[in-house]
Amino acid sequence: MTKVLAVPPTLDDEAFDALIEQASQAEGERVLLDARHVRWADPYGMVGLLAVGQHVAAAEGGQQPILQLPLDAKVSSYLARMGFVQAAEDTFELHNAPRDRGPVSESSVLLPITRIRSHDDVHGVIEELNEGRISTILAEQLGYSRSDAISFSMLLSEVSQNIIEHADAPGWVGIQTYNWMKRLGRRVAVIAVMDLGVGFKGSLAREHSARFGDRWSDATALEAAFIHGVTRFRDPGRGQGLKQIRRKVGRWGGKISIRSGTARIADIPDWDHSPPMQTGLAPFPGAQILIVLPAKQPAAPPAPAPR
Amino acid sequence: MLHGRRVAPLSIDLSHVHRRSVTSLFSNLVTRPTGRAIRSGVESQIAEMDGGAHSVCLSVLDFSQVRVLDYSCADEIVAKLLLRFQAEDRPAEAYFVVRGLQDHHLEAVEAVLERHALLLVCETEDGTCALIGAADPLQRAVWDTLLRLRRAGPAQVAGEAGVSDAAAAAAMSALCVRRVAAPHSDGTVSPLPCLLEPTAP
Repeated sequence: MTKVLAVPPTLDDEAFDALIEQASQAEGERVLLDARHVRWADPYGMVGLLAVGQHVAAAEGGQQPILQLPLDAKVSSYLARMGFVQAAEDTFELHNAPRDRGPVSESSVLLPITRIRSHDDVHGVIEELNEGRISTILAEQLGYSRSDAISFSMLLSEVSQNIIEHADAPGWVGIQTYNWMKRLGRRVAVIAVMDLGVGFKGSLAREHSARFGDRWSDATALEAAFIHGVTRFRDPGRGQGLKQIRRKVGRWGGKISIRSGTARIADIPDWDHSPPMQTGLAPFPGAQILIVLPAKQPAAPPAPAPR
Repeated sequence: MLHGRRVAPLSIDLSHVHRRSVTSLFSNLVTRPTGRAIRSGVESQIAEMDGGAHSVCLSVLDFSQVRVLDYSCADEIVAKLLLRFQAEDRPAEAYFVVRGLQDHHLEAVEAVLERHALLLVCETEDGTCALIGAADPLQRAVWDTLLRLRRAGPAQVAGEAGVSDAAAAAAMSALCVRRVAAPHSDGTVSPLPCLLEPTAP
């Protein structure tokens, strides 16, 4: 038997939650992820699809799920340029994969989907960001200064290191800029960082679960790390990375959310209406981080159509 | 105490140490392993310079060629170096000054200094020195006074700074314990920048 999971047309954070919900009901069946009707995808949705695929494969004894890529050639080609198709080849049995898998040339791609397995990969991400056009893209599209661009790299370094330091498993990172004209009236950079590791509850359990007693859960673990800087390490210098990330995101008027296990915690700016804490979500291993950074200036209105 | 001890100036270009000490050659100082490797390199250089029990080493950490410095790396390099050489069982008599810090470096360095309640002397682009990290207003006032006087005792500092002798003495002692100033055998104290000059006071 094959269980078909329909990938929503808009492949973003909400689509990821929907896929997890569906995937949790597919025990013992081969899974086919039907992404044929995807019309739009952000890094969180793409990386999330990879994570769901790997989770399903692990649950089914290593049997690869099937992924049907979008029928729309432009969407399919975009997924290839973002590095999604290449990354998906390791996880899925791919159907209707695009032929064009050339190098990333999209002006808005800050970082294609990149595997993070070690600290060297974190160095690679920072090198790629700085050798690429990060300053130009951030300046032209988001109005960020050169100093902001370097702070952006610092943020990426810290958030990517979280995978290595706390997950005990590999993960992915991807970044893209978009025009959120309807939602925010500005361009944004969307950063997705995910792993399928032990999650916040698993990472903190040994050192901190006892003092929470019956209250110990994904939500309390996330609160402890996110709000109070609690870490499994005894070194007092540890546990500050998230604090620094939150400070930077807050300074830029952005949003950060972390999903782990069955809960999600977030710093919510005034332009977003998500709850700061969600519990009772469908369980999923590891941690999934979403950061949205808005442009400093509103996006220019579209030019009038020529007569 | 500085009495009878030779001050050995040691300038360490961090990007240079990074290239020599870390297998992966990156000019961006990110990740804890990179920070640990750099710290180890700095400690080795200090150990090689060790001129015996009476030698005091002044180590200048130059960040001017560093592009990205993240919090984790700053914690491993700056905070852990200061903590190690502030401890009673420190491996050598070393003092640290940083230079070439840009605003985005300062953000990470100040965060780790605040986290560990540390103080550090920072040489700015124009050659003046500033105190960064966790210091109260009295300590900062006494530091500024010492910087002007170059070498002074508590009474002189108290008079110049407009505080009591006891308050000046306590602040000077705190600055020495936190190794941004060094005591002389006659009870006077010099701020670290004065030790950078060719002829120490």
